Amino acid sequence: MRIKRLIKIFVQKTLISAKTWLEDCFKYIGGLFILLAQTVVGIFSARPRKRQVLEQMNKIGVASFPIVFLISFFTGIVLALQSAYQLTQMSAEMYIASLVALSITRELAPVLTALIVAGRCGAAITAELGTMKVTEQIEALETLSANPVEYLVTPRFIAMIIMVPLLTVYADFFGIAGGYLIGISKLHITHSMYMKMTWDPLSVKDVMTGLIKSVSFAAIICIISCYEGINSQGGAEGVGRSTTSSVVRSFILIIIADCFFTGLFYFVAH
Amino acid sequence: MIKLKDVSKSFNKQLILKNLNLEVKKGESLVIIGRSGCGKSVSLKHMIGLVRPDAGSVLVDGTDISTLKSEELDRMRLKFGMLFQGAALFDSLTVLENVGFQLFEYADMAFVQIKRRVSECLGMVGLQGIENMKPAALSGGMKKRVGLARAIIMSPEIILFDEPTTGVDPVTGDVINKLIRHLHNTLKTTSITVTHDMKSAYQIADRIAMLYDKQIIGIGTPDEIKNSKNPIVKQFINGDAEGPITQGNGSRF
Ligand SMILES: Nc1ncnc2c1ncn2[C@@H]1O[C@H](COP(=O)(O)OP(=O)(O)OP(=O)(O)O)[C@@H](O)[C@H]1O
Ligand SMILES: [Mg+2]
Repeated sequence: MRIKRLIKIFVQKTLISAKTWLEDCFKYIGGLFILLAQTVVGIFSARPRKRQVLEQMNKIGVASFPIVFLISFFTGIVLALQSAYQLTQMSAEMYIASLVALSITRELAPVLTALIVAGRCGAAITAELGTMKVTEQIEALETLSANPVEYLVTPRFIAMIIMVPLLTVYADFFGIAGGYLIGISKLHITHSMYMKMTWDPLSVKDVMTGLIKSVSFAAIICIISCYEGINSQGGAEGVGRSTTSSVVRSFILIIIADCFFTGLFYFVAH
Repeated sequence: MIKLKDVSKSFNKQLILKNLNLEVKKGESLVIIGRSGCGKSVSLKHMIGLVRPDAGSVLVDGTDISTLKSEELDRMRLKFGMLFQGAALFDSLTVLENVGFQLFEYADMAFVQIKRRVSECLGMVGLQGIENMKPAALSGGMKKRVGLARAIIMSPEIILFDEPTTGVDPVTGDVINKLIRHLHNTLKTTSITVTHDMKSAYQIADRIAMLYDKQIIGIGTPDEIKNSKNPIVKQFINGDAEGPITQGNGSRF
């Protein structure tokens, strides 16, 4: 009897907490979509803030360039070396070029760039907006009749949407360059052969799918980091908390979106 | 001009204001006094629509501001100036850009003109030559005064001051009190000031309202408040540790 009752209580409690968890989830996602809508409306309705957009483009894009270079270049090298293990056994080294080119442009460059930008710039945006929130600066903006979304989120959104795909193109280039370095120096593939094996399988579609992904990742990073910042609560501790969850949630949603788009392109192509 | 009607507000299930009624007349200078944490800043934020009441309504010139759309609210807020308790200056902007924010945003003015107007406002609060500094480089009292300059730059009809003289030296405090009085006399602004400083309250107020236990418990001219029979008001304005507010737990020594 008692065990039965305990089980019943346990099940009830689990159901209740699952329900609140689901509710919070929906509330959060709803909040993200509302912010996205307001931001996009802001792009067209508010007057353009060139200075802020340029400043953000500099912070997000130009300043991320070295780390994107470093990571994509080394990823290209590692990719070439790891696949050399298998492919040399089958004397198919020349396919390394194609493998590197395709996996970099279709998958690795967009995702790695997005993860770098989420960690580097998403966190910074959340920390900045969060501090503004807890020191009443966002309320002050409202009292000065400025719309916080149009003033703070829209310029960052425009900058992200432009800069993340650009960084992805850089990453495409340097990832392939990393593979090329290994192919030429260690695997003794000739320059012309490597180039041919890179360009032949690579189509505009491959690069485009990578760029479509990266635009959606940019939107995810910007909206999550701004949302977390604007909704920060509870002083410095709260800002720390929202910065952490901004990065974690961006990572999760980037990977989910990546999965979704990869599946979509796969089934559309077949 | 501004009317809080039966306003109730709670944060995290804790009731802060309960059926609060307060009317501010056009052109008057009202001072709100009350203990720390009793909800003075919250009631000030109600008046400009930063906080929405759980129950009751806030009327500005007869319109209930909780029913306004965000653009209408933005337009209405152009009538207001507000000094925040923590100044709330924008860290990423210089003092010039902070004080001139609304001019840069809405006014059709040349840069030199804006600069001149900003210097003029900074002069009124006793500051000069700091236009190119960032707020992080200013002292607490300087930030407060820059915030004050930002609140008055558009010569708004209604100004809300949250503790304008807290954290500044007595001389500057007097300058600020005189400034509030001066704005009031020359521009006929309606001002609502929150303060703990009784000297400054007597100096700037047409009327003083005391907030205690979620409501306004006393309101009147400075003389009426000074001679109030209410023991709570009496204890507060005299600054006694013993009395009905503290009910025996005022002094533990
Ligand atoms: N955004 C908020 N979230 C949660 N609680 C809040 C919020 N704003 C105010 N409070 C609570 O409301 C109460 C009143 O706060 P308020 O800032 O109005 O006090 P105050 O009268 O201005 O005090 P002080 O003189 O110290 O400035 C406090 O207990 C505070 O904890
Ligand atoms: Mg306060």
